[in-house]
Amino acid sequence: MIAAGRVFRPGARGRALAKIVLFVAALVPAALLVRGVLTGTLGVNPAETIQLETGRWTFKFLLLTLLVTPLRRMTGWNVVIQFRRMLGLFAFFYGTLHFASYWAFDLVFAFGRMFADIAKRPFILLGFLAWLSMLPLAITSTRGWIRRLGRRWTHVHRLIYVTAICAAVHFAWKQKVFTGDPVWYAAAVAVVLGFRLVWLLKSVRPARA
Amino acid sequence: MLLKTKREIPYSEITDERWYLRRREFLQLGAGVVGAIAGGALIACANDAVDASVGTAAGSAPQTAIPNVTKKMVTTTEPLNKFEEITGYNNYYEFGIRKGDPAKYAGQLKTSPWTVKIDGLCNKPGDYALDDIIKTAELEERVYRFRCVEAWSMVIPWIGLPLAAVIKRADPQPKASFVEFQTVLRPKEMPGLAEGGLNWPYTEGLRMDEAMNPLSLLAVGLYGKTLMNQNGAPIRLVVPWKYGFKNVKSIVRIRFVDKMPHTAWNDANPGEYGFYSNVNPNVDHPRWSQATEKRIPSYFATTKTLMFNGYGDQVASMYAGMDLRKFY
Repeated sequence: MIAAGRVFRPGARGRALAKIVLFVAALVPAALLVRGVLTGTLGVNPAETIQLETGRWTFKFLLLTLLVTPLRRMTGWNVVIQFRRMLGLFAFFYGTLHFASYWAFDLVFAFGRMFADIAKRPFILLGFLAWLSMLPLAITSTRGWIRRLGRRWTHVHRLIYVTAICAAVHFAWKQKVFTGDPVWYAAAVAVVLGFRLVWLLKSVRPARA
Repeated sequence: MLLKTKREIPYSEITDERWYLRRREFLQLGAGVVGAIAGGALIACANDAVDASVGTAAGSAPQTAIPNVTKKMVTTTEPLNKFEEITGYNNYYEFGIRKGDPAKYAGQLKTSPWTVKIDGLCNKPGDYALDDIIKTAELEERVYRFRCVEAWSMVIPWIGLPLAAVIKRADPQPKASFVEFQTVLRPKEMPGLAEGGLNWPYTEGLRMDEAMNPLSLLAVGLYGKTLMNQNGAPIRLVVPWKYGFKNVKSIVRIRFVDKMPHTAWNDANPGEYGFYSNVNPNVDHPRWSQATEKRIPSYFATTKTLMFNGYGDQVASMYAGMDLRKFY
């Protein structure tokens, strides 16, 4: 059991190693897509495969980022906070690839049409808002910004809740019917945000003694 | 005098002893949760990788060659899409909503024996065996563009017979102004039905003049062979100037009616899918711009979408005087 404790509470060297492992692992999906393009194994509609995959991975990293705090609060396993920034930045990384793939493949790099498209199609607008709401979070993820913003940093970074909700609606709306994966992703968003809601309600109305 | 007292830790922040004593279990639980999520993500990744591959149509009934097809109507000089593309990337929600699902699961559908019920406002209703219907007219090859509402397109060498011939044979009554089509509904052979999504059985319809248009085809094959199940075996509609979802698959019923029929997609989302659903680059779908299309397997949506999918000469006159923004 003591050994297990060491595994779960690694020292500085262990944490550094874990970060490297996580970093490399998080790049695997992107590497697989690059390999797929080069070998022509992304299926009948390769552009769509890229769009779907980068979208899904954006969502997965968003959910992992949002899972860090509930995990800490419920288990006291504080070391996970060390990985939150990287998880969040990978959500932004895949989100940016996702957005870029839409702009490149669907709009063939046209800027003017992009804004018209965003204005006209609500599901694109929500996807764009999801990406846009991640932008300030990525920028202010550095040590300097965390120091400069102080307490406000936490407030600013609650913007990720907006990101998650926009992403869930964007994914669901993209499909012609509401079944399959978008349902599960939306449910996952409801769970990770649900924790926060419960905490909020508890803090507003303390439990009667 | 100001006395600084050490802030007391509220009891709410002190871990209950019962939980404290079980802290290792929680750590393990936490590790388990993370492990499960990571594992789930990996599995999902692996699934996606499989999904991206071209459907292999395992389990689908063997295709038989259709001999002696000499009559041809080639409507485009663009290159044909590959057999693997046409049979590996399909929308057939009864087998699942992912594009690879029909190729994977449609093999379960038994397409023999097959009868088509023709009824409603006609003088020769009945249950027609598939072979009997096929004998109605000479089979011919039709090379058509196929444009999905999702803004992708293909060029497909169908084999089939004019819908008009089958309609004439059923001898519709003068009051019959619409034709309704129904796809087979077999929950045991169609795993996608459990997921829900549409009001099944899949129903589509055409106005009588649209159905009688020489372009309207009842397809029974492609690339010289009988249809694969994921393409709507054994018999499906092809109306190339309309979006793909109008091309109802695996037809078991053709009904002549005097009112505009309900259609599956119009029921699901009337604001997005109209009854006519003619290919129209000037009327955007709320989710897909229809100005351009992605010709499979191209990465880029560089193909300009044509009015009526390029079949205006043959069909535009049917809609003369109609506001196609209103009747989308």
